[in-house]
Order: sequence, then C-alpha cells, then structure tokens
Amino acid sequence: MADTATVFRARGLTKVYRMGEVEVHALRGIDLEFRAGELVVLLGPSGSGKSTLLNILGGLDTPTAGEVFYLERNLSAADEEALTLFRRDHVGFVFQFYNLIPSLTARENVAAVTEISRAPMRPEEALALVGLGERLDHFPAQLSGGEQQRVAIARAIAKNPAVLLCDEPTGALDSATGVIVLEALEKVNRELGTLTVLITHNAGIADMADRVIRLSDGHIVEERRNAVKRAARELSW
Amino acid sequence: MTALNLKLLRDLWNMRGQALAIAAVIAGGVATLVMALSTYDSLLGTRDLFYRDYRFAQVFASLKRAPDGLAARLAEIPGVERLETRVVAVVKLEVEGFTDPVTGVLASLPNTGQPLLNTLHLKRGRWLTPYSGDEVIVSDTFADAHGLHPGDRIHAVINGKRKALTLVGVALSPEYVYQIAPGAMFPDFKRYGVLWMGRHALAAAYDMDGAFNSVSLTLAPGANERAVIDRLDGLLARYGGIGAYGRKDQFSNRFLSEELKQLQTTATVFPSIFLGVAAFLLNVVVTRLIATQREQIAILKAFGYRPLAIGWHYLKLVMAVALIGVAGGVALGAWFGHGLAGVYMELYRFPYLDYVLRPGVIAIALAVTGFAAVSGTLLAVGRAMRLPPAEGMRPETPVAYRATLLERLGLQRLLSQPSRMILRHIERRPLKSMLTVFGIACAGGLMMVGNYQRGAIDFMVDVQFRQAAREDLAVTFIEPTSSRALHELAQLPGVRHVEGFRDVSANLRFGQYHYRAALYGIEPEGRLHRSLDSALRPVAVPPDGVVLTDHLANNILRVKPGDLLTVEVLEGNRRVVQVPVLGITKQYLGVSAYLRRDSLNTLLREGDVVTGAYLAHAPEAATALYAKLHERPRVLGMVAHAAAIRSFYDTLGEFVLFFNMVATLLAATIAFGVVYNSARIALSERGRELASLRVLGFTHGEIAYILLGELAVLTLAAIPLGFLVGAGLCGILVVVFESDLYRLPLVLEPYNFALAATVVAVSAVVSGLLVWYRLGRLDLVGVLKTRE
Ligand SMILES: Nc1ncnc2c1ncn2[C@@H]1O[C@H](COP(=O)(O)OP(=O)(O)OP(=O)(O)O)[C@@H](O)[C@H]1O
Ligand SMILES: [Mg+2]
Repeated sequence: MADTATVFRARGLTKVYRMGEVEVHALRGIDLEFRAGELVVLLGPSGSGKSTLLNILGGLDTPTAGEVFYLERNLSAADEEALTLFRRDHVGFVFQFYNLIPSLTARENVAAVTEISRAPMRPEEALALVGLGERLDHFPAQLSGGEQQRVAIARAIAKNPAVLLCDEPTGALDSATGVIVLEALEKVNRELGTLTVLITHNAGIADMADRVIRLSDGHIVEERRNAVKRAARELSW
Repeated sequence: MTALNLKLLRDLWNMRGQALAIAAVIAGGVATLVMALSTYDSLLGTRDLFYRDYRFAQVFASLKRAPDGLAARLAEIPGVERLETRVVAVVKLEVEGFTDPVTGVLASLPNTGQPLLNTLHLKRGRWLTPYSGDEVIVSDTFADAHGLHPGDRIHAVINGKRKALTLVGVALSPEYVYQIAPGAMFPDFKRYGVLWMGRHALAAAYDMDGAFNSVSLTLAPGANERAVIDRLDGLLARYGGIGAYGRKDQFSNRFLSEELKQLQTTATVFPSIFLGVAAFLLNVVVTRLIATQREQIAILKAFGYRPLAIGWHYLKLVMAVALIGVAGGVALGAWFGHGLAGVYMELYRFPYLDYVLRPGVIAIALAVTGFAAVSGTLLAVGRAMRLPPAEGMRPETPVAYRATLLERLGLQRLLSQPSRMILRHIERRPLKSMLTVFGIACAGGLMMVGNYQRGAIDFMVDVQFRQAAREDLAVTFIEPTSSRALHELAQLPGVRHVEGFRDVSANLRFGQYHYRAALYGIEPEGRLHRSLDSALRPVAVPPDGVVLTDHLANNILRVKPGDLLTVEVLEGNRRVVQVPVLGITKQYLGVSAYLRRDSLNTLLREGDVVTGAYLAHAPEAATALYAKLHERPRVLGMVAHAAAIRSFYDTLGEFVLFFNMVATLLAATIAFGVVYNSARIALSERGRELASLRVLGFTHGEIAYILLGELAVLTLAAIPLGFLVGAGLCGILVVVFESDLYRLPLVLEPYNFALAATVVAVSAVVSGLLVWYRLGRLDLVGVLKTRE
C-alpha cells in the first residue's frame, strides 16, 4: 500500500471556534495523510475534535489555520463553489445525526443525492445494500433510528464516492445491524477502492481498519496500523 | 419528478394552513390594488368612450340672450369644428306628492332630430315628436328618484309661468354625468333634475324666440382652446356672456374629473399601503419560514447542491404560495372592482360600464409580490447558506439566555418558571420579537385605514352644516335684487332669521396661479353663514378684502394674508380689481372666497343688492314655507340643508360604506394572516423544545402557556403600536386626498381604535386556538426521533 496515492494530506490543521469571549480549540495542529483505498478509523473521547476533522476533510467546514489537500487540490484555499463541486463529485457523508429530509421517503432521500451525481447507483440498489430494500417508501418518521442511519449510509454510498466520511454510522445500531452496515462500507471500500474514514466510539470496530488514529483534545495522540485487518462479519460488540 | 420537487410539494402540503394564511395576506394587498385600479381604469375608459360616442362638447358659454343670427358668426371663429346654440333655463319643478323645493334645468333639443353635440342616450321611452309643445325627456337620476315613467306629468315654473310637461323619455347625457345643483355640495337626485325639451316650445315659454343663451362647440384638431374662448368671449360680451370655459371647467366634467382624480389617488395610495404592508409581512414571514429550514438547507449544501439550486428550490416554494395569493387577490379584486364600479355608476350616470382589468395591473401585483417574496427568500436562504453546513446541520446552538430585566430587577419571584421562559425568549430575540410586533401593528393600522373615512366625513359634515353654513334653507333669486326682498322673506310664516348674500362668479388670480370660483358677499357677523378660523371658531369677515378658504389660499393660489389678489368678475360690468387678502378660513368642503356683502356691493359698483338669502325657520313650517317661496316669481331655487345632508349620506354614504367594508375586510384578512403566521412560525421554531418539555412532564396547558403567552404579550404590545401606525397612515391619506371638492380632516373615533384592536385580538385568539389544537397533537416520539 505504500506506493498508493495520497488522497488527503493535512499540515498543522487548526480549528478554533469563537463564541463571544470564549475560544474553543477543537483542533490543535493536526498532521496526517490518508491514502486511496484505506479504511481509517478515528477514535477519541467526546469533544476531542473527531467530527470537526471529518467536516474539514469533507469540505463542510474550513480550518482556522493549516492546510489540507485533496489530491492536488488545496481545500483550505478553495472557494464555496469549488467546495460544493468537491462534495458533490467526490464525497459521501454519513452524519452523526442522520439528517434525513423529513418530507422525503427513504428512496427519495437517496434520489436527492443521486440526481446530482455523475455515475450513481440506483437508489433501490443502494438501499438494498444496507438491507432496506423493503422500506423504500417509508418516511424518516416511520423508521427506527437505526433504519434512518442506514438510509443515510445508502445515501452516502449511492453516488459511488471517492471518499466516504462516516461520523458514528453505527452509534445507534444493534450489533447485528451494525455489522450489515459495516459490511456495506467494507464492500464499497474494497471493491471501489473508496477511501473510507469512520468515526466511532467503539474500539472493537477499529479492528476492521487499515489504520487507527486516536484524537484527544484536538491532538493526534496515537496512530497505529492494524497488522491483521478483520472482516466486518467477524466483529461484534 | 425530482426528489427536490417532491419535497417542495410535500412541504407545501404540510404547511398548507400557513401557506393559505400567507396567500391571504398577499391576496388582501393585491385585491386592494386590483379593485382600485380596475375601477379607476374602467370609469376613465367608460367616460372617454361616452364622451366620444355622445359627442360631448369641448367649449361652453352661457350668456343672457343673443339673436340666432349670431350663431353663424360664432361658427366662423377659427378652430371651431361644430357649434350649436341652445336655450337653457333654470326652473322650479313640481312633482306630485313631493313638497320639498326642486330645482331643474331645462335644456333645449333641436326641433327635429338629434343635437349635434351633447347627444342623449335614451334609456326608456321615446324621442320628442318634432315641434312638440309639452314633451320632455328627463334625466334618469331624477326619474328614478321620483319613480317617474314615460307618460307621467310634471310641472315646471318657467320664468314665473307654470307649465305642464309630459314625460316621454328617460335619458343620460355626457353633459350631466355628475348631477349636482350649482352651489350645492352633493348630488341630490330628488331635488335637482335635468330635463330636455323642444327648442320651439322652450323658447316660447322662456321668452327666447329667435334667440339663444347657451353655446357649445367642439374644436378642430390642433385648435387652440384659449384662443377660441377669447374670441367667443369677445363676440358674446355685448350679449351678456359670462365667460366661456373649456371642458376642464364644465360643471359635471369638473366634478367627475375631481372624483376620478380622487379615485386615482385612492387607487395609488390604498394599494401602496395595503400591498406595501402585505409585501413587508410576506417578507418577514418568508424569512422566518426559511429560517426554520436551516438544517435542511445545510444537508442539501453538504450533498453538493449549489447555492443557486437551493435558492431556486425555496423560491419555487415561496412563489407557489405567492402565486396562489396573487391569483386569489386578482379574482377577489376584480369581483370587488365590479361591485365598486357598480356603486360609482349610481353616482356617475354612464349608459354602460366598460369594465377593464389591464394586464399591467396584474403585472404590478406580480412584481411587487414577487419582489417581496424573492428578496425575503434569498435573504433567508443566503443567511442559512453562509453557515458552514457542519454548523447548520446541528440544532441551533443554544443562544446565551440571560436573566430578563424583570429578574435583574429582583422581581423573579413574581414570575412562574413558564412566565420567565416567555420573557427570556422575547428578550433573547429582540429583533424577531420586534418584527412580529411591528407586523401585527401594521395589520392593525390597516384596519384603521380601512374605516377611518366614516368618522372624518361625519366631522366634515358637522363642521360644514352645523358650524359654518347653519341655515335651514338657501334661497337664490332670479337676478340681483334689492335687499328689501329680505324683509319680505322675513315676514313669511315660520321664518326666524334671514341673512342676505351676494354671489358672483369670478376668476381669481395671483401671479401665475388662477382659479375660477364664486365670490360670496356675506353678512360680516352673520349668525347663519359664518367663516371659521383654524380652530373652527366663527370669525367676522373684515371690510374691504377677501377671506379665502385655506385650501384655495395655500394650495391653489398660494397667497398669504396681506397679498393683493386680482379679481376678474365674470358677470355684469366684468370689472377687474385688486383686492387684499385679509384672512384664511378653515373649510373642509369646497373652496370659496368671502367678502363682506357691502364690500362686494361697492366693488361691483352697485347698491344694496343681494342674489339670495339664508333662512332659518321653524321645522314644522317647512312645507308651507316651501310652497310660499315656490309661488314667488323672483325665487329661482332653494336648497334645504337637512335634505341635502340626508341625500349625501344616501348616495356618497353608500359608496363610502361599500369601500370601507371591502377595505376593512381585506385589512382583517391581512391581520389574521399575519397573526396566524406569527403563531405558526413560533410553533415550528419551538416545536422540538416544547415537545421535549412535554416529555419532561410539562402538561399540554403549560407548554401552550409558554408559546401562546408569548403570542399574547407580543399582540398586546402590537395593539397600541398599531394605533400609532394607523394614525400615521390615516394622516398620509388626509394629505394626499386634499382636493378642491373636499379635504378630509384627521378625525379618529374610538370605534376606529376599537375595531382595529378587536380584529387583531380576535385573530390572535383564533390563531391561539388553532395552535393550541396543534400542540395537543405534537408527535413527541417523532420529534425526538427525527431532526428537522
Ligand atoms: N459550532 C461550534 N461552535 C463552538 N464550539 C464547537 C462547535 N462545534 C464543535 N465545537 C466544539 O469543538 C470541540 C470538538 O467538537 P467535535 O464535534 O469535533 O467533537 P467530537 O470529537 O466529534 O465529539 P463527539 O464524540 O461527542 O461527537 C468540542 O469541544 C465542541 O464543543
Ligand atoms: Mg462528533
């Protein structure tokens, strides 16, 4: 894997939230590199800056200082339009809160993304991948929390993105369903070579990663490479 | 259909109640615009059509008497296209079973065939038979007011001789679209009528054989009206001409033009206010509505939807609502416009109404509404878009609440926990709270605009008839008469007081400004007819100068007390004199110039002469007195004030009522829409919070108190502010509605305030009930499960 291309490269990434007089340092100088086809798990206590990092990588937020590159593209210097196109063409998101559009059914929520993608799957296909082939026409309010999260995952992978960014995708799921979801992510990662970054509180899930990065208080405090990468199917928690 | 368009339709359906309320606000504004402008356009178009089709003359002249032979010479004046002479007589009329004095105008028609100019539109009956002796055609207002039909007989006193007339037809004339007796303030269809009679018969009865006393003509294309009038005046001077005038000064046309100008002002000002307020409210409502969608906007943005696409998505949503409003408003406005034009047709007699709704009017409605909707939407979407999506997707970060002023003052023990929540919420969002208050206040203010005219008119009539012109009866003589006639009048049974007056028409000039008005010579310390100062107190007219109506002095002639006014008398010796302006008198109805009668007599170089008298009489003596006066050959006409006021309320009152009703209805619609929207948006903004409180164990009543308590506080604050807004808007109306005919005073009655407050309060209560019902159905589980 050593010679595969670097997809993300960050140097001195810093994010400071200013709320009146109070400054919150969410990221305090992060250096990292993510390579194509990698499956990276981000671990860390609550408030350590995991979501902030993921949002900056996905072009949803911009750093206060430091640089982040996607391939040759400097995301920290990109304008709104460039970030929009970047997200549209390359990134699939799964949010910590499912963030479905309440007035659209499962299928339509996925379609809302595939309609603006270049080479998407069909929404039904994506939903079948996460085991929701039978719930196509349900509205978010008619789905359980876990089911909503799976719709969110279907929505993220349906566009066949180059990068899949998942913020606690299994947080709300029981372990059996969680495995189905992770298998789907694993499959996309393996078959399409999609760089997948996955935030979790669950150290057990870290076993399916190529690499594990641990954050604490806005710093990277540990970075390790799994010698043995376990299949999602073998995980349980 | 794309997923986004599906979302649009579903969102629309889910917010249908609110969408309808917003549409109602727009419809209220648009309907006002469409109603007013379409009525104006229709009346204007109808007038022009009527004038053209019935060959309304362009220049008119009255004179004492000229031989028929002069007509040919008049027709040769360069610039004259067609000219026609007539005999016109002011007469007293008698209608069986009606004892009040009735003044009539008898105008001659050619002995055979139709007149060249000022053709009649025959509504019922038939034309006169050639050379008929006693046949008349009657104006439809007079016929309708008295229930006269072809075949009926009436009597006229022509030149002191009583003559029986047979009614053969009922007609309309472009010359008498607006029928109002000279000197009267309002139309009175029962006591003033226009009749047409064969030239031969009328001339015989009026001692005008082989002569004429009225000329009308049309101008050749490109002719100079002023030049023609001057030539005409020159030729008619020795025949007692009293100054030819153009259409602009023709009586009916002048009133009609003034009224149309008023209507045009109405059509500009009312819709500007209504539509302006509606647009403002639409803007506020849309901004807040979109703000409740910030999380969804963030998601779309995260997916890579472009700002334009997202803006367009919400624009479509808002435009759909706006279009429903515009469509409803156009339909409603056209319907009201038809109704309003119909009411106007009672006042202005046209043979037909050519109702037009110009596409331009709809375009204005669309443009104004569109602008408000688009700017509100883009503003709100733009604001939501500026948030980084990561932030937008999170529920709004709890804003720093702080203890409210009351609490900081140490009064927290007075407040329950929910009450504190209400106050803190209002204080936390001062701008939003202020916009809500201002929106509701605007709606309340509109209510006052809708119904303030009634009180203003009452006040105007009161000042005019109970303080300035307090006579019961105004009598005019056939010609200037020695003041000894006043003593005879005073001897009549039931007469309590008599004051003579001398009036003469004149052209008033000051610098570049001039105005044709009546000069009134009145008794300096009269008890009946008085001039009022700016505080509405009667003041004596000083000698050797004129006192002018405030509007005439300030806005028309632009003179100040002390200036010298040029007075060109248009009758008799036609003197031109300089007269100092000595004072300004407050007058809401009409404009005139007052002098002391003796001063006017001196100015005209005549003796102690009057042209009429004001009478006060015992009420029970009225009928007998009318009969006595009617018999007197020198008495030309009488105007009874009580009857005039009554007829005013019958005719204009109906119009004002209709307009008020519609404007009030539309204002109430807007008010309800605004209040309901404020409540609904508050609900969608705080639904999650309230549901969480329910989950924590708060009762339905308690969370309703938190939400509706806020609405109540804001509504209560809005009502007095609405009074201010309303008074301000009425103040604007008063200024823009100033005209020669009348100036509305700014008089706001308690009921104006009460109605505005009531409508706002009732809207709030109804909205509160609807929201209460919704709160009862809050989906607690759903709210906790999904994020919106
Ligand atoms: N919009 C914001 N304004 C202010 N502070 C913020 C904002 N977003 C995040 N923070 C702060 O930044 C820090 C990092 O937040 P972040 O959401 O990245 O944490 P996290 O590691 O994802 O936590 P969790 O596991 O609980 O999701 C936290 O202290 C948080 O309070
Ligand atoms: Mg997080």
